[in-house]
Formats: sequence, C-alpha cells, structure tokens
Amino acid sequence: MNNLSDLSVMALGGATVLYAIAMVAHAIRLARVADDKAAARAAARETVAVGGPTPDQGLPVAEAPAASSPAKRAAKAAGIARATTFMGAVLHGVGLVARGIDAGHVPWSNMYEYTISGSFFAVVAYLVLQRKRDVAFLGAGVTGLATVSLGLALTVLYKDVDTLPPALQSYWLVIHVSIATIVTGIFAVSFIATVLQLMRDSRDRGVRWRGTRARWLEAVPSAANLEALSFRLNAVGFVLWTFTVMAGAIWAEHAWGRYWGWDPKEVWSFVIWVLYAAYLHARTTQGWAGRRSAWLAIAGFTALIMNFTVVNLFFQGLHTYAGS
Amino acid sequence: MARVKLDNYVVPAAPRLGFKGWLRWIWRQVTSMRVALILLLLLALASIPGSVLPQWPQDAAATRNFIAENPFWGPVLDATGFLDVFGSAWFTAIYLLLFASLIGCIAPRALHHWRELRRPIAATPRSLARYTGAGPEAAEVTVDDALGRARAELRPRTGRLGALTGYRVRIDRRKDGSVALAAETGHVRELGNLVFHASLVAVLIAVAYGTLFTYRGQAIVVEGRSFTNAVAAYDTFSSGSLFDPADLDPFTLRLDSLDAEFSDTGRPLHFQANVTFTEPGEQAVAETIAVNHPLESGDAKIYLQGNGYAPVITVRDASGEIAFSGPVVFLAQDAAYTSTGVIKVPDVTTGEQLGFKATLYPTFLEGPFAVASIHPDPANPVIEMLAYTGDLGLDEGVPQNVYTLDESQLSPVQDEDGQPVTLRLALGETVELPDGLGTVSFDELPRYGAFDLRADPSLPWLLAAAVLTLAGLATSLFASRRKIWLVATSEDGTTVVTGAAYAPAHDTGVGTVLERALAAAVGRAPAPGAQEREDA
Repeated sequence: MNNLSDLSVMALGGATVLYAIAMVAHAIRLARVADDKAAARAAARETVAVGGPTPDQGLPVAEAPAASSPAKRAAKAAGIARATTFMGAVLHGVGLVARGIDAGHVPWSNMYEYTISGSFFAVVAYLVLQRKRDVAFLGAGVTGLATVSLGLALTVLYKDVDTLPPALQSYWLVIHVSIATIVTGIFAVSFIATVLQLMRDSRDRGVRWRGTRARWLEAVPSAANLEALSFRLNAVGFVLWTFTVMAGAIWAEHAWGRYWGWDPKEVWSFVIWVLYAAYLHARTTQGWAGRRSAWLAIAGFTALIMNFTVVNLFFQGLHTYAGS
Repeated sequence: MARVKLDNYVVPAAPRLGFKGWLRWIWRQVTSMRVALILLLLLALASIPGSVLPQWPQDAAATRNFIAENPFWGPVLDATGFLDVFGSAWFTAIYLLLFASLIGCIAPRALHHWRELRRPIAATPRSLARYTGAGPEAAEVTVDDALGRARAELRPRTGRLGALTGYRVRIDRRKDGSVALAAETGHVRELGNLVFHASLVAVLIAVAYGTLFTYRGQAIVVEGRSFTNAVAAYDTFSSGSLFDPADLDPFTLRLDSLDAEFSDTGRPLHFQANVTFTEPGEQAVAETIAVNHPLESGDAKIYLQGNGYAPVITVRDASGEIAFSGPVVFLAQDAAYTSTGVIKVPDVTTGEQLGFKATLYPTFLEGPFAVASIHPDPANPVIEMLAYTGDLGLDEGVPQNVYTLDESQLSPVQDEDGQPVTLRLALGETVELPDGLGTVSFDELPRYGAFDLRADPSLPWLLAAAVLTLAGLATSLFASRRKIWLVATSEDGTTVVTGAAYAPAHDTGVGTVLERALAAAVGRAPAPGAQEREDA
C-alpha cells in the first residue's frame, strides 16, 4: 500500500457512494415524472371533456400544465442525480488513473481492474449519450449497475497492484482489452434500455407486477423508442465487439502462434458475437422483431457477463491470468 | 361407399411438388431469414459444450482423463463428437448450412442491388401526410430556385459513386402545377451489408486454405545447442494435408542464452531467448525471441512458448566409464520451477541398465517435513533422485516418452534396510551409487527454450477478409437510409414549400437533413432546435 493505492481506493469508494445517491435520485425523478404525467392526464381528461386537444402521449413532459409540485420535485431530483452521477464519474476516473499510474500499466489486466474500468466506461457511455439526447431514464439503471460493480470490485475482487506477466506485455493489451472493456460499458447501457423496453412493453399490454402497474414506467419512452435506442447502442457495440474479436485473434497469432484455438474465452467471445448477430437479424424478421429480438440482446449481454465471470473463474484456458 | 381419395379435391389443380419442387422448397427454407436465425442460435448453443467439456485438440491429456474417469459418459460423449465439438459432424453441418443460407440470401440481393443502383429513384408520393413532415413555408423565390437550392444542399453527386454515397435527386413537374423533389440515400448501407456477408464467406475460405497448407512444430533447444529446421528435428510436428515437407526452410537456430527474469516473489517478469539464426548461404545474425515477440523467417514465425532447466548430468558405471553425459530436459511443475525429469542410461559396460527419476529444486529449502523450491531462480539448485536398475525397455523398438520411466522391468536401488535410496546432489557434486553401481554428477545447470515454429500462408488473406468484414459491417449499420421529399407550389408570386422525410425509427438525424433542405429552399438559416427528431 502506498499513497497512490490509497488515493485510488478512496476515490473509487467515493464514486460508489455518489453513484448510490445518484441511483436513488434518478429513481425518485422517475417516480415524480410519472406522477406528473398522471396529473397532466387527469387535467387533460377534463380539457377533453370540453373539447380541447388530446395531450401528446409518451412524451416526457417537463413543463406540465398542472401540478407544478411533482414537476418541481422531479427537476430537483434530476439536478441531484445529474450532479452526483457526474461527480461520481470524475472520482471514478481519478481512481482509475491513480490505479494505472500506481501499477505502471493500463488498468485492465485482472478482474478487479476490468470491473472498475468496465463500469467506468458504462457511466461514460451514458454521460456521452446524455449530452446528445435526454436519456435520464437510463440513469437509475446505469448508476445502480455502477454501484454494484464498484462495490463488488472493492470488497471481493480487490488485488494489490502487480507487474504484468510476460504474456500481457504487448501493445495489444491496450488495443484489444480497452475496446473489450469499452464495449462492455456500451452493451451494459443498451442492456438497461432493453430491460426497460421489455418492462414498458409488458406494462402497455396490461401486465401487472405483484398487483401494481409500475407507474414509474410512464416516465420512460415508448417500447418502440427504447428499441430504437438500444439498437443504436447495440450496433455500435457489435461493430466494436467484432473488432475486439479480430484484434484478439491478431494478438493470439502474435503471442501463441495461432489466431484461433477455441480456448474457453474464445468460444464465449464467439457465442456473444453470434447472439448479437442473431439479435440484429431478428430485428428485421417478421415474428421476431420487438420482444423476441430484445430477449436475444439480453441473452447476448448475459453471455458477455458469463464470459467475464464464470469463464474467468472456473474454466481452464490460456486466458487464466484474467481470473487472478 | 365412396372411395377415399387422398388427393386434395378442394383444389383440384394444386400441383404436386415433384423432385425439383421439393428441392426448390428446401432451398427456400434454407435461405429464409427465420431458418438463418435458428441456425445462428444453434451455432451459439452448439459452441457452449466446447468450453465446458475437455476437448481433444485443446487438451488431449485432460480429455483422456475425462474418458477414463467417466466410463459411461466419456465414450458416449467422445463418440458423439462432444469432446471435439468444433470438428464434429453436427457443428460442421450447422455452419455449412448457415453459409449456404447466407450465400442463398446475398446472391439474389447483390443482383437486386446492382439493378437498383441503375434504376432511377421513385417519384415523390402524391400525399406526404403519412411521413414526418416540415413546413409549409413561404418564400419570395421562384419554384425552380427553391428546389435548386435544396438540391445543392443535399449535394447530389453524379455517377455510380454518387449513387452510393450521396443523395440521388429527381425533380418532377406535376400535372397540378407543383414541382416535387425526391432525394434518396442509403444504397451504401446495402452495399456494406453485402460486403460484410461476402467477406464472411472469404474468411471461411481463407481458414480452409490455411488448414490445408499450414504446419507447426515444437522443439526444445538447450542453451549452447542448435536446432536445424527439418521435420525429423522436431519433438512434435503436424501439418495440413497439402503441405510438402520439402518446403521447410533449412535454417539453423542456436540458442546462445535464455534470459528469465523473476521478481523477488517469483513472479515472471520477462523471458527472452538470444539466438543466432543462420539461413543457408547467408551470414549468421543475432536475434531475440520473446513472448509476444516472435522471430519471422520467410513465411514462418518462431515463438518462444516455454522454458525450463536442463541440468547436465554425468553417469559413470561400475567400471568407471562414462555411460551418460549431457543436458536432460526437466519440466517445470509449479511457479517456483520445481521440475521433474528422467535419466535413462542404457549403455552401461557391465551390469544392468540404469534409470533415474529426478526432481530439481532451483532454490532448495529443507523444512522440517518437506523440501521445496522457494524461487524459480537457481540460487541453490539441488537435485533429488531415485535410482533404478533393470531393463529400460528401450530395445523393443516402441517409441517411449522421454519424460517417464517404464518401471515394469526396473527395481529401485535400495539401502541395507531395504528402503529406496534418495540421492541428493547440489550443483557440482558427485555422489556414489550403492552397491558400487557407479557415480552420478550434477555438472551444470543450463536453461532451455521451448520453441514453436508455425507457418500459415492464409494469414494475409484472412486479415484482408477480416478488415473487409469490419468495414462492411460498420457501413451496413452506420450508413443511413433516408428519403427526403420537397413539394413546391406557386401561389400569387410566392413559393410555398412542404417537406417530408422517411427513415427507420432509430435514425434520429433525418430531421436535421430535412430542416436543412427546407431552410435552403426558402432561403433562411436552419433552425438549431430541429437537430433531432423527438422521442415520441
């Protein structure tokens, strides 16, 4: 332990706390926006009765005509959520950089490091997306995922810094693993959008969960829009995953003298690729578009998590240093 | 009673499928998207056992153990291909069907795409009400000026390349006096899609080509020794069915030294083989081979795949003659390089043949209950060995594993109490064997490098196919497919322009393009607020 290690762990711990606060604030905001919409709808019903226009369904209304109190509280929660998410990301970044300087190599050479960098890239992907369009409805899921991964990383997976084993001393560690980690972040954000899509779709079909109708789901966009969003993310993710697999093959050729040897990690990378390919085809196949293709995307992400956890920890292969 | 007729009398003219008909039906099924999807899912599912069960090509020893430990399931899984999933008939069938489906799908699409590129784009639909609209807006310009400016904004390019990358535009004068502009882009998306799928076929062909012509060999070279590239010189050698052994480049590789660096805790830091590489008729050159840094020679690459110790052992027999002298390759068993090896001494002048089972501890430490190596560096190298006398079984002509001793016709050398004798030698020491059998010395401790040589002529082709796959994929997913329409009518000297656009739901940028085209037509700056389509 030295100063940099302490700094890294403290920054990551701080980020975990901030993400947890952000998650709660995001959740409160969703509930308030939904309340607001319900109020707006009630008001609109009265207006319709006297022949006014129907309100635009599905639009996340920020400036509701009536019930300014939930709207105001939603705005307050949104402000807290935004600030804590951003500050959390800054601390997360500090923790990651400190870890990298401390270790003397890129901070993604073992499971602890993959987890802290993968969750960082998920938050960054969300923040970048948030700059382009309003995706605050993903915030609760993204910060929740980041809280859990960082918490697990710091408590269970933590490893003191160490030098790189000879097998990892290559610039391909920077190329192959960084893209793999970034793509994990992107797929994670997309996964949250897909889960919301399925829940929203179920709600629109009248499904109830333990008797409740999960009104907060009114605060998220329609299933079709969520599908479009997750498709865009999955498309980026799929291209980058293809690159990851190819870069991995080039590195394997360089290091082990064969570009593909069906090592467990390679098998699962292939399975992930095929599942997301199936998802992309299913989107445009009659009878598969919508819910079924969404389930394929979820299967793809599950395989990605499997590849990262079960394959690292329980399967023997050439990628075994990943589990240490 | 009426005779039961099996024919479908409801549709008396229904044709029988016949042989050709059935073939066509099967082909249609195979090339349908739904079947392709099911094949993709099957491919993913079929791969999973390959990561769970031990596989022959990846780990033959583990697979053999698995079969031995599971007397029922082992042979069953072996016979059904589950222990060589990626070479099994069913896995091959899935991916070949998938590729048949892929070719059957993209070949007609390529033809269609080619025709589509040469066909003029469709005219503006009569009613734009169904689409995302913009306008109407009025401007003091002529109809032709308005649409001319919109056309310039959409930057139509001429020629075939323009059809691929830019908006193709057509302008029609309609009967009702209005002028309609139709602009279309997105052919490059379909082209990317076709390139992606065709490149996947190219990847498969390149892999097949590589499998036929590749070769790989493994050789262990001790420091100070040389290796000549010939099939016979390898410890193991395998090649594709069309590989000709005469193609091996007859170079010589001398291992001058092997650097192995470890941290104080014994973690490996760096491995490097310093070699002298000589090609026939050329000057010898000094080269280094390290992990992640192979040596390239012609079309082949030489990899450093492992290393260890090869202690130099000298055995003198009962009459004092040297019966064996040389380095013996020991295999490291743990991170501290506790290594095991076998010494076989068949050529003794008198008496029985000698054999030794030995363990090397590079940094030897004796504890109260056990001995161990505490570091992989040779700080205090000690060899412990058990000696055997008898018949080594080398004379039967059956090839033997050099790392194991066949004990069936050997008996351990014992002391007076009838206990097997454990000999312990530090570096430079010589010990006497009991019963005047001779002496054993531990003279030197060189390292060895385990080298892999591999050539695969398909690699450049494979890389090219992979790059094309990636480029095609990115184009097919990121290029946009859009239609933009503007209709201009003249009303009392002013021109009124209405716009509309059509794009897939995930395309959020189309609104910007429509706004830009409309703004250009009526001669104003595009509104910044219309950057993206709303999420509703």
